[in-house]
Amino acid sequence: MSEFTEAFGTAARLIAAGDPELVGIVLLSLRVSLSAVLLAAVLGLPLGALLALARFPGRTGIVVLLNAFMGFPPVIAGLVFYLLLSRAGPLGSWGLLFTPGAMIVAQCALVTPIIAALTRQLIEDLWLEYREQLKSLGASRLRAAFTLLWDARLSLGTAVLAGFGRASAEVGAIIIVGGNISGVTRTMTTAIALETSKGDLSLALGLGFVLLTLTLVVNGATQLASETLRRRAG
Amino acid sequence: MTRIFMWLLAAGFAATAHSAGARADEKFITVASTTSTENSGLFSYLLPAFTKATGIEVRIVAVGTGQALKLGERGDADVVFVHDREAELNFVAAGYGVGRREVMYNDFIIVGPKSDPAHVTGTADAVGAFKKIAAARAIFLSRGDLSGTNAEELRLWSDAGIDVKKDGQGWYRDTGSGMGATLNTAAGIGGYTLADRGTWLSFKNRGDLAIVVEGDKRLFNQYGVMLVNPRLHPTVKVEWGQAFIDWLTAPAGQQTIAGYKINGEQLFFPNYKPPSS
Amino acid sequence: MHGTSSILPLRLEALSFVAGGQRLIDGITAALEAGPRTLILGPNGAGKSLLLRLCHGLIAPSEGRVLWGGRSLGEAWVRRRQAMVFQHPIVLRRSVRANVAYGLALVGVSRLERRKQAEEALAEVGLSTLADRPARALSGGERQRLALARAWALHPEVMLLDEPTASLDPAATRAVEKVIAAFDMAGTKIIMTTHDLGQARRLADDVLFLHKGRLLEHTPAQQFFTRAATAEARAYVAGELLW
Repeated sequence: MSEFTEAFGTAARLIAAGDPELVGIVLLSLRVSLSAVLLAAVLGLPLGALLALARFPGRTGIVVLLNAFMGFPPVIAGLVFYLLLSRAGPLGSWGLLFTPGAMIVAQCALVTPIIAALTRQLIEDLWLEYREQLKSLGASRLRAAFTLLWDARLSLGTAVLAGFGRASAEVGAIIIVGGNISGVTRTMTTAIALETSKGDLSLALGLGFVLLTLTLVVNGATQLASETLRRRAG
Repeated sequence: MTRIFMWLLAAGFAATAHSAGARADEKFITVASTTSTENSGLFSYLLPAFTKATGIEVRIVAVGTGQALKLGERGDADVVFVHDREAELNFVAAGYGVGRREVMYNDFIIVGPKSDPAHVTGTADAVGAFKKIAAARAIFLSRGDLSGTNAEELRLWSDAGIDVKKDGQGWYRDTGSGMGATLNTAAGIGGYTLADRGTWLSFKNRGDLAIVVEGDKRLFNQYGVMLVNPRLHPTVKVEWGQAFIDWLTAPAGQQTIAGYKINGEQLFFPNYKPPSS
Repeated sequence: MHGTSSILPLRLEALSFVAGGQRLIDGITAALEAGPRTLILGPNGAGKSLLLRLCHGLIAPSEGRVLWGGRSLGEAWVRRRQAMVFQHPIVLRRSVRANVAYGLALVGVSRLERRKQAEEALAEVGLSTLADRPARALSGGERQRLALARAWALHPEVMLLDEPTASLDPAATRAVEKVIAAFDMAGTKIIMTTHDLGQARRLADDVLFLHKGRLLEHTPAQQFFTRAATAEARAYVAGELLW
């Protein structure tokens, strides 16, 4: 139990001292997770909305698949992308393996189903309400999809936050495709995994507290932003 | 709306592509090595000296020996630096690696609970100690991950004439993890395990564990370095990779290796011998 | 291209709608001409809302056809010349003005023009002062007037209204009825459903009386309220429950 008190102390000291290695790790973590979530949102939001509005044979199957992929094991994603991005693999010539780019790609693949599945449900519910009015005004299904996405933006913000949570917390995928290389692909979660494997539990826990603080800050900022938007646009 | 969409998509791809492009003009090599070597802290000490001398950055991907060799096989690393002689020779024989050199050695130790239920403390003979542990059915943690350490452990069981698969029920535990994690488990449940001295010296969660057996020549852990075969993988950085291998086995590198100490104790013993022609 | 063509008269030819084994609309034939305010009356469940949706093309008929000025709803311009207002107005999560502008954007009006025309429409319904407010912050009556402004901005030839004041208090109802009257004065054909007899008496020029999915009467309002032809209609006007 003394590890907890030690860890608090470690976390406080690391943050206060602005340890350059820690700063580098924090910035890389933010860069990877935020980029991954950005890409995942750009792909997942329209995908979810179009799936909500479209009707075609096999649609239910795709919905079930998408929902299931929300829980896709990160370590398998890591393995799959390693095989794809390896020099011996089909996309080896891209030279992405062991770079932050590979980590972004792998995390994007994990986060897109989360955002898409949640978006689909939100937009489908909204479509039930809005359908007649939008049809009456002459909106095409495509146009309606974007209208609904914009109207649901506050709820969708939470879906994107869920995606960010997944991205910033996972380690299984990025440790395989990134290689946990010091100064290059070492993020908070992979650093925590490393320190744990070295038996330095207080440092690992301390880094964990720093990561949690980071996550809280991001969520807090998002909540503030959404409340401001809500007041402005109702 | 579509415009914003397109800009965001572009930004996302830019962030990703930035990584790929940057690689081309940076001077670095990728070395696949093991978690135990990384965890010992050797690389933090050794690599800056190499980079200072040559201007080449070394990126270490630290995984289990099996995975490190796999990375070399698939051309994802330029150099492989591990400690499993048998596996390394097979690697070269299969054509995946070239120019293997023996660089240094450290040793393995058997650690266990201070209470020592199998009464192995002080035994100089590692095989004998393993026999005692099996006889006492004392808890033994194995890494079970095809690492160099794991390979050594399995050789000792084999030499002791013990089939852990058949007779290990109840006391032989397979953690399937790295050295640090296995030591964590051993400390947690009071079991024996085979560890490399490097990881042990820098391991901070010892709990009730202590060294029970050391010094047996069988526990000799030889490190070898190889260049990934450029004929198989043309993208291997031959010049810089070879520079690393050359430096490690030159007096400068060998002396630096000997200079690495934890609590005043030397961890690795350089032993490169140029081939006598 | 079809700017000067009219979509009136609206002709319903043996129109039927079947769902769940039930004939919810049963063989309705009628012609609605330009000019009079047409109110569709009948007890709840008679099929009034369903009929309106069939006319507007939100639902496809099981039998029969809907012809606007001799054309089918398959042609986009036919759909563009009519607008519908629903009982529960759907307002988007944006400003009042932006809600009206949305409808204009859908028909390709440029950004600057949209703003101008939206403000004109808002002035028509008396919501000018609320133009920058979030639409979600409006009361029920104000939202309905917003929906009317949104429809009005498209300058439809026909406005279909489905029980537009059923959820509103008397003051809001009055405000909405005023707007409807103004649209009628400007030349828009009004086709409206209601279950409120008082409202029907106030607004109707022309009445379609529905009962159990069938059209029982199509008569001028004056005649309907004083000397209805069918027993059901007379009972309805007298305020009795029909079943």
